[in-house]
Amino acid sequence: MKLGLVIDLDTCVGCHACAVACKQWNTSGTSGPLSDYEPYGAEPSGVWFNRIRHYEVDDYPNNKTINAPMSCMHCEDAACVTVCPTGASYKRPEDGIVLIDQDKCMGCNYCSWACPYGARELDRESGTMKKCTLCVDRIYDENLPEAERQPVCVLTCPSHARFFGDFDDPDSEVSKQVRQRSGYSMMPEQGYQPTNKYLPPRQQPAVETHKPRQVSREEHSAEDKPMAQIQRWIAQQLKRQA
Amino acid sequence: MHPAISVICFTLFSGAGYGLLSFLCLDDLFDLNFNLSSARHMGLVVVALVLITVGLLASTLHLANPRNAWRAFFRFRTSWLSREGVFAVLLYPVALFWLFTLWGSDAGGSKVLAALTFLLCIATLFSTGMIYACLKTIRQWNTALTPTNYILLGFMLGSLVLVASGAGNVTIALIMVGAAALGKLIYYYWIGQPAGPTINSALGFTRATVRLLDVGHGEGNFLTEEFGYEVAKAKLIWLRLISIALAFLLPALLLLAFGATAGIPAMLCGFAGVFVERWLFFAEARHVVNLYHGAQAT
Repeated sequence: MKLGLVIDLDTCVGCHACAVACKQWNTSGTSGPLSDYEPYGAEPSGVWFNRIRHYEVDDYPNNKTINAPMSCMHCEDAACVTVCPTGASYKRPEDGIVLIDQDKCMGCNYCSWACPYGARELDRESGTMKKCTLCVDRIYDENLPEAERQPVCVLTCPSHARFFGDFDDPDSEVSKQVRQRSGYSMMPEQGYQPTNKYLPPRQQPAVETHKPRQVSREEHSAEDKPMAQIQRWIAQQLKRQA
Repeated sequence: MHPAISVICFTLFSGAGYGLLSFLCLDDLFDLNFNLSSARHMGLVVVALVLITVGLLASTLHLANPRNAWRAFFRFRTSWLSREGVFAVLLYPVALFWLFTLWGSDAGGSKVLAALTFLLCIATLFSTGMIYACLKTIRQWNTALTPTNYILLGFMLGSLVLVASGAGNVTIALIMVGAAALGKLIYYYWIGQPAGPTINSALGFTRATVRLLDVGHGEGNFLTEEFGYEVAKAKLIWLRLISIALAFLLPALLLLAFGATAGIPAMLCGFAGVFVERWLFFAEARHVVNLYHGAQAT
């Protein structure tokens, strides 16, 4: 099995609901708590497994806003695991999930240096590194209804921009989405073969800009008359309905 | 990258210690004309071990959870940090045995142990460099020049300590200063060339411009603190000049003008210069995660 996420950059609205749901679930999950520093202070900060950034691609009038949620990509060649000196970081052979054994981590930050995606964050309170677990404490939980055995970010996404599944299964939703929509990896040149894939925005023409109707001098004076205005309004209404 | 003082002190002092120990081994093996009495030879080995120990202790200061530091020896097969730890710890018994064989013997100690100590010094210095060089995420480090410079600068400081102690060989020190300066200048040229991922490949939009609209977090976080460290370009150039002057030019001029009598100021200049060099090594390194925070290139 090769479990991972597909994120649709076409439909993501950048609402941060996935990040909030992630924080809520995981702060009481297997690698919780996700500590906050001065949550009510002047500069609140803390540990998050999932961060959403917003970009503008291309120039006006072809520009488009891209909201890019990023969490651990569960790379096939996970450098964070390779460099870990203690063996706290590991990649599960059965499903490819990259995890950190909180009892073994010594908080040297080295794995976070090796990760190009900023997926690992040090928790200052526990002194250990923390990262996305792909909700390993949800997806195998047989007490949950089968439809809810998914990462909480996928379940909560209001625009259905996130998919979870097995990339080794060619008939899974994630494999189909990647096939049909040309799913791609971020920063593939680093060579870590990230499992998570992103779906590019659909091809759409540039949005038509509104051009105000040019009004001649005669038309303008005619429009001043109330009757002409009413006639024009009726004509407009009828046209819209047709 | 955030320049952590603990890591700078670690590479500076342990690097100098390994360099010094290497020269002492080489003198025992090939007689480099250091004219060391048995007592002085032993004293300098102890100085090297103290420098190494101070460095290694400093390195543990940057651990957020040092209780688990002992586990760092268990991933020798894949992790350069683990290899560095293993070599560093293995060196102690070998070096101490060698030190024991030096006792009262003007002909030097056990040649086998001297050779082993030397090899472990090189292995540890190389591993220290490879900790940084193996990271593909930081293009300024991801080069064979990184371990080369760690070894050269360690040897340079070691040779300067020897001269300062009144025992070393000024010619060897000058050669080391020249070699280390050359290595560092090649490195500065190399990192000046544009290379590596851009914001376009980071996000997968390679056919148009990409700009950051909003980074998504209001205040700083681990990623901005650890990787977002940035220094003004003009300041970097000044610091580079200062480090080159202190680490290479001044020691070379002092040794050329006054010979071994200027050993102590030359050594102090060398340490100060390499400290600035190490600080720059971190401050100039740009992690690719900065691309997601709006940097156009690394």
